Amino acid sequence: MNKEPLFHITRNSNIKWYKAWIIRAIAIILALILCGIITSMTTGLNPIGVYGTMIDGVFGTSRRIWMLLQNMAILLCISLALAPAFKMKFWNLGGDGQSLMGALGAAAVMILLGDRLPSGLLIIVMIVVSILCGIIWAVIPAFFKAVFNTNETLFTLMMNYVAIQLVAFFVIVWEVPRGSGKIGIINQNTQAGWFPSLFGSKYMINLLVVIILTVLIYVYMNYTKHGYELAVVGESEATAKYVGIKTKRVVIRTMVLSGALCGIAGLLLVGGSEHTLTTTLVDGRGFTGVMVAWLAKFNPLVMILTTFLLVFLDRGATEITTIYGLNDSFGAIITGIILFFILGSEFFLNYRIAFRKSGKEAA
Amino acid sequence: MEERIPVLQLKNITKRFGEITANEDVSLDVYQGEILALLGENGSGKTTLMNMISGIYFPDEGEIIVRGQKVSITCPKDAYDLGVGMVHQHFKLVDVLTAAENIVLGLKEKGALDIKAASARIKEICDRYGFSVDPNQKIYNMSVSQKQTVEIVKVLYRGADILVLDEPTAVLTPQETEKLFNVMRNMKADGKSIIIITHKLHEVLEISDRVAILRKGKYICDVVTKDANTQELTDAMVGRSVALNIERPDPVDPSPKIVIEGLTVKSSDGVTKLKDVSFNINSGEILGIAGISGNGQKELLESIAGLQRVSKGSISYIDDDGKSISLIGMDPLEISNMGISLSFVPEDRLGMGLVGNMDLSQNMALRSFRNNKGIFVDKKSPHILAEHVVEELEVNTPGISTQVRKLSGGNVQKVLVGREIAASPKVLLTAYAVRGLDINSSYTIYDLLNKQKKKGVAVVYVGEDLDVLLELCDRILVLCGGQVSGIVDGRSTNKKEVGLMMTSLTGGDDNE
Repeated sequence: MNKEPLFHITRNSNIKWYKAWIIRAIAIILALILCGIITSMTTGLNPIGVYGTMIDGVFGTSRRIWMLLQNMAILLCISLALAPAFKMKFWNLGGDGQSLMGALGAAAVMILLGDRLPSGLLIIVMIVVSILCGIIWAVIPAFFKAVFNTNETLFTLMMNYVAIQLVAFFVIVWEVPRGSGKIGIINQNTQAGWFPSLFGSKYMINLLVVIILTVLIYVYMNYTKHGYELAVVGESEATAKYVGIKTKRVVIRTMVLSGALCGIAGLLLVGGSEHTLTTTLVDGRGFTGVMVAWLAKFNPLVMILTTFLLVFLDRGATEITTIYGLNDSFGAIITGIILFFILGSEFFLNYRIAFRKSGKEAA
Repeated sequence: MEERIPVLQLKNITKRFGEITANEDVSLDVYQGEILALLGENGSGKTTLMNMISGIYFPDEGEIIVRGQKVSITCPKDAYDLGVGMVHQHFKLVDVLTAAENIVLGLKEKGALDIKAASARIKEICDRYGFSVDPNQKIYNMSVSQKQTVEIVKVLYRGADILVLDEPTAVLTPQETEKLFNVMRNMKADGKSIIIITHKLHEVLEISDRVAILRKGKYICDVVTKDANTQELTDAMVGRSVALNIERPDPVDPSPKIVIEGLTVKSSDGVTKLKDVSFNINSGEILGIAGISGNGQKELLESIAGLQRVSKGSISYIDDDGKSISLIGMDPLEISNMGISLSFVPEDRLGMGLVGNMDLSQNMALRSFRNNKGIFVDKKSPHILAEHVVEELEVNTPGISTQVRKLSGGNVQKVLVGREIAASPKVLLTAYAVRGLDINSSYTIYDLLNKQKKKGVAVVYVGEDLDVLLELCDRILVLCGGQVSGIVDGRSTNKKEVGLMMTSLTGGDDNE
């Protein structure tokens, strides 16, 4: 007969919260140790110094901290948009496209109406238009899903490419100066449609908006009838019908919310921080946001932490590659290892490795 | 007989899932040519134990000995190599393949696949034990009993001589059960060992040679069947003395509550599921619905509950003032908005009645979450209701915030029934309310239904165990092929009559 296995894997469903955090902490420590070994082996640098540079690159100056917060705000906003959809098991991979459409809407208003409307009114029109653009881009696949049961994963994904092409088209239409193929900074002289600085920082408005949205979405998902309904639809459509929940309506309603939040992310990018429109403005955050939402199990408050983790890794990796003149890939390796360990720790949260007590006798 | 050697021995087997111990220090012997019944309440670890000898799980501690040799079964293939085969409660067949294709699926025989030779061998096995299987029939065209036969042949084809059958009779009619038992007797005569899991004690007494009892994951005792009786077995299983008769109080002032006329239902692909069905559901009585599963019971209840599109006919609710309200075209929400209190315990408990990943309190909220004014869900009253149900129905759960899917079958059902009864319904529809439940939980459910009946509720009990239907129900409606083959009085009919009506529309007449 074949040999007795040394251990086997069983499900571990009831893990205590503190044990879960200990496992996560061990994962991060192991990741840092492995990264350290790889760093000193491949570059000969002192890993502690490299980590120090990383932290310095993220927190070193107040400007860097503001950049961290700004990046977190945009990523968190898109992740907040995805969380309700994913909780409903509607795999919205169109966060990029929906945000880009929001950005297009905001930019269009700034360019076309910038010198015709007073500043306050202009910003209100920007808010409305960008939210509408995001909603339209999200509701189209939701409608087809609800009515014809099409595959939303493919549909939302393809809508991203349509959005990119649309933006590419309008960038040429509105290019400044002619022939440059770029829009440049919109309304640079008048600053029409730029969000005002608050408490001395031009990013403060973005930050406040996203903080408020985080709380609102948390309350929406956990305490409202809508939130409860979308959770039931996500878990079991048959149960939803059984208690008289109109699933089609819930799917469309939730995607309106998802699209609106993505539209706001686009608005914050154009009106609040970048003041320009490019096809790469959203920079894949619609996909990074999926990871943020999943890692946090769709809890908006935990998503603040996961957003921080991902933005920190991204900015830290950029810093070490520039400071030490390393290849871009080095930053990617470090980020990859850390994420691998963190995601890998989920395995140990859900499963337990059982060693045979009688293993010795058997051998 | 005294010197028989066991073909299969389990020694001090322990299996844990997280903090739950499914089996603790279980030792069990199985001899050649015997039928051993494994008896125990829900969650007592019968299936887990059997899964360990068939290679689904691996024991944490203890050893398995087959024919005197210590073995390590790490996957179902190991089990087959040792001649151990299991027929699971939920069949594991590929619908679009034929019987023969399913039987040879996964076998690694040398050379090209010779389906003709396989069919010949299948025929041979069938003739030997008295099965009837058409090797070329597709699984999706088969009845439940035929599918089960395919599963058993599959196991025999792989050379198993220790067979495990997990609740094989739960889905069969009495006639089909009898057929299965004959086959089992033939296999036993051929020297095979069979372990059967069942909750039905009369079957245990009829078919087995020996009974082993598990309670809360532990091995309690084994008894030779001919020295045992129902009461003894039940008491050993539950751990205390249990009264074993179902009460049947007289109907309380029965008057029609739901009137169904000429109901016809077609499935989405145009197959007629119910044809011209007419009957009344009366308040203060329990109406049993008998029939082989899949003969329209599901569609019938779902039509009443507003979950099924009706092609023809009428369903009316008669309110307390005698006014008739048509339920056709209304969804469950509209029905309850009309002020009609209709509760429904569906067959698929975790897929329809409850949300497995939500906790007890959130599941209670499924019916009541709209009651609060404004946009917020009321979290307090479902929590109170959950506590109440747990206490009242003795639900065995670590707490209110435990996910429902982590509870055992009987406890899941108590949560569901508890919620549905809490709405103080006028009509209570139940589908297979005790399926898969052990004897103790089943009796709790019968009691609950009787209490509702005494309150004047119109109760519908769709069941599969004829003994229970005959003991519990005031009237029994028998469905066959989506048509009513008759409505009989529960007190005066007998098992044979109902059994015949289940299989043919004229069955009732033949009997007279």
